[in-house]
Amino acid sequence: MKIPSNIITLIIGVLITLISLWYGQNHGLMPVAASEDAKQVDNIFNFMMTIATGLFLIVEGVLIYCVIAFRRVKGDQSDGPSIEGNVPLEILWTAIPTVIVFILAIYSFEVYNELGGLDPITSRDSSPQQIAMHSHHQVALGIGIYGDENSNNPPLIVDVQGMQYAWIFTYPQTGIVSGELHVPKDRPVRLNIKATDVLHAFWVPQLRLKQDAIPGRDSILGFTSNLEGNYPIVCAELCGAYHGGMKSVLYVESPETYAQWEEANKPVQEASLDETVAVNTKNLSDGQYLAPYAQEMGIQPETLAQLTSQHQHSGHL
Amino acid sequence: MTITLESTHATHKERKWTDYFTFCTDHKVIGIQYLVTSFAFYFIGGAFAEVLRTELATPDPDFVSPELYNQFMTMHGTIMIFLWIVPAGAAFANYLIPLMVGAEDMAFPRLNAVAFWLTPPGGILLLGSFFVDGGAAQSGWTSYPPLSLISGKWGEEIWILSVLLIGTSSILGSINFVTTILKMRIKDMDLHSMPLFCWAMLATSALILLSTPVLAAALVLLSFDLIAGTSFFNPTGGGDPVVYQHMFWFYSHPAVYIMILPFFGVISEVLPVHSRKPVFGYRAIAYSSLAISFLGLIVWAHHMFTSGTPGWLRMFFMAATMLIAVPTGIKIFGWCATIWGGKINLNTAMLFGIGFLATFVMGGLTGVMLSSVPFDIHVHDTYFVVGHFHYVLFGGAGMGLFAGFYHWFPKMTGRMINETLGKIHFALIFIGINVTFLPMHELGLLGMNRRIALYDIQFQPINIICTVGAYILGLSALPFIINVLWSLVKGEAAGRNPWRAYTLEWQTSSPPAIENFEEEPVLWAGPYDYGTDSELIDEEESVDDLLAAVGSPSK
Repeated sequence: MKIPSNIITLIIGVLITLISLWYGQNHGLMPVAASEDAKQVDNIFNFMMTIATGLFLIVEGVLIYCVIAFRRVKGDQSDGPSIEGNVPLEILWTAIPTVIVFILAIYSFEVYNELGGLDPITSRDSSPQQIAMHSHHQVALGIGIYGDENSNNPPLIVDVQGMQYAWIFTYPQTGIVSGELHVPKDRPVRLNIKATDVLHAFWVPQLRLKQDAIPGRDSILGFTSNLEGNYPIVCAELCGAYHGGMKSVLYVESPETYAQWEEANKPVQEASLDETVAVNTKNLSDGQYLAPYAQEMGIQPETLAQLTSQHQHSGHL
Repeated sequence: MTITLESTHATHKERKWTDYFTFCTDHKVIGIQYLVTSFAFYFIGGAFAEVLRTELATPDPDFVSPELYNQFMTMHGTIMIFLWIVPAGAAFANYLIPLMVGAEDMAFPRLNAVAFWLTPPGGILLLGSFFVDGGAAQSGWTSYPPLSLISGKWGEEIWILSVLLIGTSSILGSINFVTTILKMRIKDMDLHSMPLFCWAMLATSALILLSTPVLAAALVLLSFDLIAGTSFFNPTGGGDPVVYQHMFWFYSHPAVYIMILPFFGVISEVLPVHSRKPVFGYRAIAYSSLAISFLGLIVWAHHMFTSGTPGWLRMFFMAATMLIAVPTGIKIFGWCATIWGGKINLNTAMLFGIGFLATFVMGGLTGVMLSSVPFDIHVHDTYFVVGHFHYVLFGGAGMGLFAGFYHWFPKMTGRMINETLGKIHFALIFIGINVTFLPMHELGLLGMNRRIALYDIQFQPINIICTVGAYILGLSALPFIINVLWSLVKGEAAGRNPWRAYTLEWQTSSPPAIENFEEEPVLWAGPYDYGTDSELIDEEESVDDLLAAVGSPSK
């Protein structure tokens, strides 16, 4: 087998290494990274791009070299050398990918762990007790870190509901319901993701995070953005004809801007409930429900109480 | 068994063109039937792809409605997988395996014909579903519930039925391939002197036999949910859609290898012949097929990194997926070393062979990237994945298919192909693949999800490039069709062994006689003994002369 002299091989090797290292860092293929987690993902992508560029150049280089250097001369009917294999060479090219794959697996594991992938709360499948508590929804399975509720930077909790073809964001702490997701910069966010109809997937490319919304299951996604801006929220799981149109926006704002938004969008406070006309009747007993009408009609409260107890009694029968 | 063989063959000593439309049990006829059928569906699936790319030239859904887009998208995927690549692999296996092992026919000729005749009804049914109430299935080739349960009920049901038919066909075919390879080799041929294509088909068949029944089970359950109102996967009744995903991918990840392994085998045949060198590391390439086959069975959850899988599961499947890079790397390096230092004849078959290596390596590298969980979470279900698997399946399996097609065309038809038209075909395909699928990686990284008819305007420039590439690919069908038709009629006579190859199929006439070999073939050399002193059989030399020269014992 004809192998170019050692010096040329060395120079080519150095060149390929340099090109790979440069391109791995400067490919510019990824969008803006809006969180520390996203930067971690970018780092692993850059690492993989470096190795991939090197391997790509080697294989394509060998192919191009072969096509140029080893073309059959017209009329030459003879065979090439009968080389059936080379054990040291084969061991070498088995060992190199094996080592690369091990390094990549360990590195990916590290990053995955940093992203909270092995966090017991987000990633472990629910225990039987938890299933008993959440009889309708199997809790589980997401990714990302959202911090501790008792720490001095408690997470902002947002319930995310995916449906054909919209995202609805509910802030249980303030009661805000919105079609867009507003979060303050540098504060951990915990998304509780549900789907009402079919599968959806919550994806913000700038956060490098994605989580399926699965009907019948709850999933959790945690992130902390450190870069103000507007980022697209995309549905990444085929959910029907207008799947491509299922979009929303993530606004990462300064704490002040966020506070303003929260103030402006807070629903009317509970104190004003008395004045509201429409009351949810479901939570009232018959007596409570009938009380205002009883006064109007001149019926004594005692009569009403009697009536109610009778009604309930018969109900039990 | 012998009686069956004789009685089935006695009926058609002369090959008539009508045989190709009948329940003929000759493996060569069945091979051609598979090949022609699969190419018919290649053109249909390709036409659907042109519709999709035309739609995607603009951000708005203005060419077809989003519902129709999803139908075309689902049909494009299903047709290209189940009706083009998989049957094309079966086509080569049917045509070549008995010839390569020196047998008269497959082990079970009638079963073989049954297997083929399940495919066209499956395909016709699938195309017919466009005309039923609600249109064809529109929930992607994955058919994830609950979406598949609520969109276009009859289209979906027909989709399930066709995939079941085609799946059954491929199970029956595999039984035949395994038995033929293991039991019908001529007596001198041990497993290690068998052509590598047979090894590849052995690995593929094992994979089909183990995984396809699980897909069938999943589809039957889905069908119950759809028409009988059960709740296996339907969350409104307490079912779990994620269970469907596990069952689906238990088949459909191996399916990727079912689609590519036969063409790994084809490449191992094409490269040594046209570079006049033995294949480098025969055993390494043979065993790596088996390794890929085994590992292919334990990586399915890497399609589900975002669908709520526990952390440890993601880590296990990440490691298993990455490991596949090792046997695949062994193959790629082995093939590069095979052509290194050879005397490369750059004809169309060889161009496609080298084109296979050049594009498949790209798909392999992005495949390793995708196995890394943190990165996969970002690009899962985006155009990065679309770019990746088109490099693997069109750049890899498709290129391999064309390499094999041009390589064995003289054997199948007795005529040489027109090299000029072949090279134009190659150039268009090679340019088309790279222009169409390379920019898709960038689209995915930037944030364009897949399976959408409408997208954000910022992605338009790159999409236009992809669409232009797709038109180039569409154009490539033209020289291909003209070439095949022209060469069938006017091509130069090929003779017995135009490439001077060593594998057994070149020992018989082109096209081979009905019972393959006039006399039982003899192994006078290994399958890839280039550069040794082994004598080659060529068209001037008859088998008898050769036997005399080698001094082989008479039968």
